[in-house]
Amino acid sequence: MASNKKYWQSVEELNENSSIVETLRNNEFVEEIPTDEFLGDKEALESSSTSRRDFLKYVGFSTAAASLAACEGPVIKSIPYVVQPEEIIPGVADYYATTMNDGFDFANILIKTREGRPIKVENNVLAGAKFSANARVHASVLSLYDSMRLKQPVIAGKPASWEEVNAKVKAGLASAGAGQVVVLTGTTASPSTDKLIAEFGAKYPGFKHVVYDAVSSSEALDAFQAVYGDRALADYDFGKADVILSVGADFLGDWQGGGFDKGYAAGRVPKQGKMSKHIQIEANMSLSGASADKRIPLTVTEQKYALVAIYNAITGAGVSVPAIANKAYAEAVAKAAQQVKAAGSAGVVVTGLDDVNAQLLVIAINNALQSAAFNPAGARLVRKGNAKAVAQLVADMKAGSVHTLIMNGVNPVYTLPNSADFVEGLKKVKLSVSFSLKEDETASITTIAAAAPHYLESWGDVSVAKGYYAVTQPTIRPLFNTKQFQDALLAWSGNAQDYYTYLKASAVATGKTWNQLVHDGVAISEVAPVSAGAADFAGAAANLAASKASGKLELVLYTKTGMGDGQQANNPWLQEFPDPITRVSWDNYVTVAKADAEKLGLENWNVANGGLNGSYVSIDVNGKKLENVPVIIQPGQAVGTIGLALGYGRKEGMKKEMTVGVNAYTLYNGLNSFQSATLTKEAGEHEFACVQLQKTLMGRGDIVKETTLKDFNEKDASEWNIMPVVSYDHKEVPAASIDLWESFDRTTGHHFNLSIDLNACTGCGACVIACHAENNVPVVGKSEIRRSRDMHWLRIDRYYSHEETFAGDVTLKEGTSGLMNSISTFNAMEDPSENPQVVFQPVMCQHCNHAPCETVCPVAATSHGRQGQNHMAYNRCVGTRYCANNCPYKVRRFNWFLYNKNSEFDYHMNDDLGRMVLNPDVNVRSRGVMEKCSFCIQMTQATILKAKREGRTVNKDEFQSACSEACSSGAMVFGDVNSKEDPIVALKEDDRAYHLLSQIGTQPNVFYHVKVRNT
Amino acid sequence: MKKVGNHTSFSRILLFCLAFSLSFSITSYAQDAAAPAAAPAADAAAAAPAEGAGDPVKGKELFNTLCAACHKLDAKSTGPALRGVADKHDRAWIYKWVANSSAMIKAGDPAAVKLFAENNNAVMTAFPQLSTGDIDNILAYTSLPIEKPAGGAVASVGGGASQDGGMSNNLVLGLLVLVLAVLIVMLVMVTKTLKKVAEVKGLELPETSSVSFWKAYAKNQFLVLVTVILLMLASSYFLYGYLMQVGVDKDYQPIQPIHFSHKIHAGDNGIDCKYCHSSARVSKTSGIPSLNVCMNCHKNISEFQGDKDSTYVEHSKEFYSGEIKKLYDAVGWDATAQKYTGKQKPVKWVRIHNLPDFVYFNHSQHVSVAGVECQTCHGPVETFEVMKQHSPLTMGWCINCHRETDVKVEGNDYYKKIHDELAKKYGVVKLTAANMGGTECGKCHY
Repeated sequence: MASNKKYWQSVEELNENSSIVETLRNNEFVEEIPTDEFLGDKEALESSSTSRRDFLKYVGFSTAAASLAACEGPVIKSIPYVVQPEEIIPGVADYYATTMNDGFDFANILIKTREGRPIKVENNVLAGAKFSANARVHASVLSLYDSMRLKQPVIAGKPASWEEVNAKVKAGLASAGAGQVVVLTGTTASPSTDKLIAEFGAKYPGFKHVVYDAVSSSEALDAFQAVYGDRALADYDFGKADVILSVGADFLGDWQGGGFDKGYAAGRVPKQGKMSKHIQIEANMSLSGASADKRIPLTVTEQKYALVAIYNAITGAGVSVPAIANKAYAEAVAKAAQQVKAAGSAGVVVTGLDDVNAQLLVIAINNALQSAAFNPAGARLVRKGNAKAVAQLVADMKAGSVHTLIMNGVNPVYTLPNSADFVEGLKKVKLSVSFSLKEDETASITTIAAAAPHYLESWGDVSVAKGYYAVTQPTIRPLFNTKQFQDALLAWSGNAQDYYTYLKASAVATGKTWNQLVHDGVAISEVAPVSAGAADFAGAAANLAASKASGKLELVLYTKTGMGDGQQANNPWLQEFPDPITRVSWDNYVTVAKADAEKLGLENWNVANGGLNGSYVSIDVNGKKLENVPVIIQPGQAVGTIGLALGYGRKEGMKKEMTVGVNAYTLYNGLNSFQSATLTKEAGEHEFACVQLQKTLMGRGDIVKETTLKDFNEKDASEWNIMPVVSYDHKEVPAASIDLWESFDRTTGHHFNLSIDLNACTGCGACVIACHAENNVPVVGKSEIRRSRDMHWLRIDRYYSHEETFAGDVTLKEGTSGLMNSISTFNAMEDPSENPQVVFQPVMCQHCNHAPCETVCPVAATSHGRQGQNHMAYNRCVGTRYCANNCPYKVRRFNWFLYNKNSEFDYHMNDDLGRMVLNPDVNVRSRGVMEKCSFCIQMTQATILKAKREGRTVNKDEFQSACSEACSSGAMVFGDVNSKEDPIVALKEDDRAYHLLSQIGTQPNVFYHVKVRNT
Repeated sequence: MKKVGNHTSFSRILLFCLAFSLSFSITSYAQDAAAPAAAPAADAAAAAPAEGAGDPVKGKELFNTLCAACHKLDAKSTGPALRGVADKHDRAWIYKWVANSSAMIKAGDPAAVKLFAENNNAVMTAFPQLSTGDIDNILAYTSLPIEKPAGGAVASVGGGASQDGGMSNNLVLGLLVLVLAVLIVMLVMVTKTLKKVAEVKGLELPETSSVSFWKAYAKNQFLVLVTVILLMLASSYFLYGYLMQVGVDKDYQPIQPIHFSHKIHAGDNGIDCKYCHSSARVSKTSGIPSLNVCMNCHKNISEFQGDKDSTYVEHSKEFYSGEIKKLYDAVGWDATAQKYTGKQKPVKWVRIHNLPDFVYFNHSQHVSVAGVECQTCHGPVETFEVMKQHSPLTMGWCINCHRETDVKVEGNDYYKKIHDELAKKYGVVKLTAANMGGTECGKCHY
């Protein structure tokens, strides 16, 4: 097929007389190639050390070397121990009981070690283990392997030896004379450390031990001290309460040391038709507010009024108090007070208001109720900080009367609101020593930055509450040239003992031998009952009632579940951990009510790549300004209040990627979390990394099934746990009876199921981090998260209701008719209510018995096991992502990049130290493969193998997954449904059990329990 | 291809091939013949005449049972070397010393105190049960002169009886080849004779044109197609075979930093595999033994003694003893002072069995639960002078075994219920690992 078509290459060719066409015909380029520019400079060419011949030699050599290297397999070396420690068997995990204590988080834990490396935190379940691990405690094992840690002591910016440090400090102390010697620590809760500090200070006149909590509970401590004489905090067991009323206390979060969720969840699961009722009065939307049956959003001032009103109602006092502006809320408060009163000793009231009067009232109320949940005898010792003493110290320092300042585990330059004063005072201190894991804001300007070991490398003892005694033991040899604060203090006070000997000698008598105590990690003893002293409760109520609103916005500072007080800000797991409420990671932000946002013109919007953007504001508190704070419009935020999380905005001793957010401590005046603030909108827009964009359930009540306690008790399960039906042969039949697939026979062997109780789940996220640690889940960074490429195998979805309740949403949805009505209704339903109901739903791979992903995999990389797991063979996966597209639960995660040993993702998997946390039993995935929850098959296989080796059947609750093991509230239970004694069998047959999206017939092996609300 | 045209050349090639293979078999035969075979060394001990009152043969027996734990003949161990000890001390003194040495030291006997001090104050076990006759026997043994390597293992004569079988096989083969060659020669000669006869008789042989054959072949498209398909199939078969062995390191036999002979340890001395590789019972890794495990025995065995019944022809005695010295260096053991110096140099072994990261394999499952012999996967390690990878360690190899091997359910309560149920389900008495789900992806890949 000959053709005479003429193909023209440019418009110029159409012009027959164009000179360019002529030139082009003769030369390849229209213009001369500027070869002279790089070849003409003869001098430069000759002065170059690389001649053409050399260049070719290099090319030749490197090609040859590369091809040679490609031919030979790598030679892998194996280096056994010279003398193998008795307790270490390569390939077998060892567990050590220890106690975390960083002044903010306390937990009784087990550390899983492999070949001598701590790799995971698990809960100690022995009697006496009071505090379970939260998300931060689970992540703390990664902080051990932080490459930014201080590796040796530093004197005036120069690395030094411990001998030099000791000499310098001893000389300094000797010259102290009349100058004050001050030890500034966080809450130690350690009897031996407190004793040691007292012994150390005995030599120096005017010695002070100042206890400073970055996030203070000073007012609650003052109130407790006033009534009971001890500087401690009352303990609560919410499992013993039928009615829980909280006024601004996020007790499921970090309120007074946290760790209340276990008792709380126990009372929240309906048993014999009964469950506790929880009313939450608060400003910010907190974890506790999200779990509450009734949530009343009030400003801080109105919370105070409410507390006085409650006090009046319960004790019968008649303190006059201004009314709450919103009628409905006022009625709700009154009703709540009546309910607590009616419950009597089964009621309990708590408050998080940083006000001595409010804290006093709560003690009065609980004593009036004779509340069973209120336990002043077993008082908590995890907060001891004294805001006044800290203020005095800063004043003394500025006055130049402090000669020596020794700090341990505190970072006041970062955490103090008046940090400029502190820095100024520090200049007048002759000798300042800071024991720190990092060269942080404080350690970098003290005379001596003393490298402290991580708690996993240290000895110690902790008394978290009266009657509870726990021991911290090292689980690894110190990685760096570090020394414990206690050891140094012993050396400086001329005591030749090391701290271990000292600790052993001064350990509290518990009835356990030392070895037994170290083995168990915990011990309990009886506590003597205490009686309340007299205090002016009526006066306190009057004072509280007299508080006035400032007319400005009320700022409530809080700690995020992921970041806490910010000690672990350089921990990528925690940075990437999405906040349970806002689902935003890698940021803090100011939360604003919708009404206030509209007034100020603040907005949140989604952009084309799915990312969430928001406006910026500056926050002004008494002239102190915090600029460029991003805004999140928070449903449920009380109108007239704003919230901001502490713990962000750190700059020193941090990887660049981790220096995110703003430092809210600068606004933490008087260490009080309530401040008056003004907001000003600023230019620009902030890019958030938010993992969940849809806020509401849109009335899809079958995803998160809910019912009321009344219906649950009175109606048949088929009415509140509606099983979906499908049309088959023009008849409605149960969806479960229709099947596209042939069924597997699963009657023999193990068959794993995971039960998730939506009533017990508080959204704390411990499971998310535990899953990270167990399964080597990579961290991908802010910009990847923004592109919805998060790798969390387990996500906790959070939904708001559009109406006041989810039930209202369902009614609204079912009430729509006609196209136009539906469109407008559904558009409106995308927005959550001003004060919505909230629900958390953990979602991981559902391990469908009839999995849609398996049918579409072209290479059979994902297949089904007869134990119920949906397997994923990474080495077989070619990365088509069909499976992820076909997954109705959207739980499959794709490795868009190589996340390990890649400097583009400079997190823990990019350095040798950080990689020590990896679980050697789980593969580290490579680029281009799909991954997902495996039901921790490595754990179930290990359990089975253990049973086989011991020649026995598997015990009834021996099977665990990382998430179920981490779940301290008991919401997640993992087990074998083919084993009749296993608790999961009863859970599966429970009336509340349902499968997610059961109408599509996937028959998952994960099931949920209908959420029951006690309204 | 074109050169193959000449038919007569075919027979030539055949002849050449035969000649080649024949010569090859002859050379290999020659090599075998040249290989040295150690002549059984004369047992000097047996030949040595009895000396003094003692019987050295009985003495040897006693020495090995009672003394050898701490003493060697020619080297210092926990106690001093004992050869010639009879000349160093008075007999009566020795009787007394053996019966109760610590009493002598306490009594302040100067020779005893000196000896005690020389040996790191190590107390010698008292042997009151030994009669003076027994002690004489032992002394007779320790007084024997040092054996000279008889005839010299270095210059040993080759061709042991054990190689006779191999030789006769080669002979038979060689004869066969010879017969074949003769037959071919005869055939060629017959053809030639026939041709001559034909020439003489004037018969016209039909012309066989090779060129026409190829042309005809090329014209027959069907034949060409079939050939092409066959060629493609064959080449893809070989290509597949080639590609499938990429990354398979069967017979990988790297040189190790210390020449450790499994043959000597597991074979000749019969040490159980799991004595050294103890973690194979409980862990996923079998574990390379730590050096303190070596020292359990090698604290006393500082020299290679050899075994007179077998032959260590590849390496000399000195070589093996040198390797033990390497171990001492690594673990920091001073053999003369009988002390650890504390200077440790961990041994960097070259790993032989390298499973990819994405495969989970657990030794304890196979060794403890299934009771699989180590040799099943690792081969006859007790015969390996140098360790190598015996099995291909491919997935096909794993799966095959899982399909063929019955699960060992006896005496294990874990399997009881599952076995009964599954056996009913599949209608078989024995269950393979595959029946139990041992071929599911997720069981090994996670």
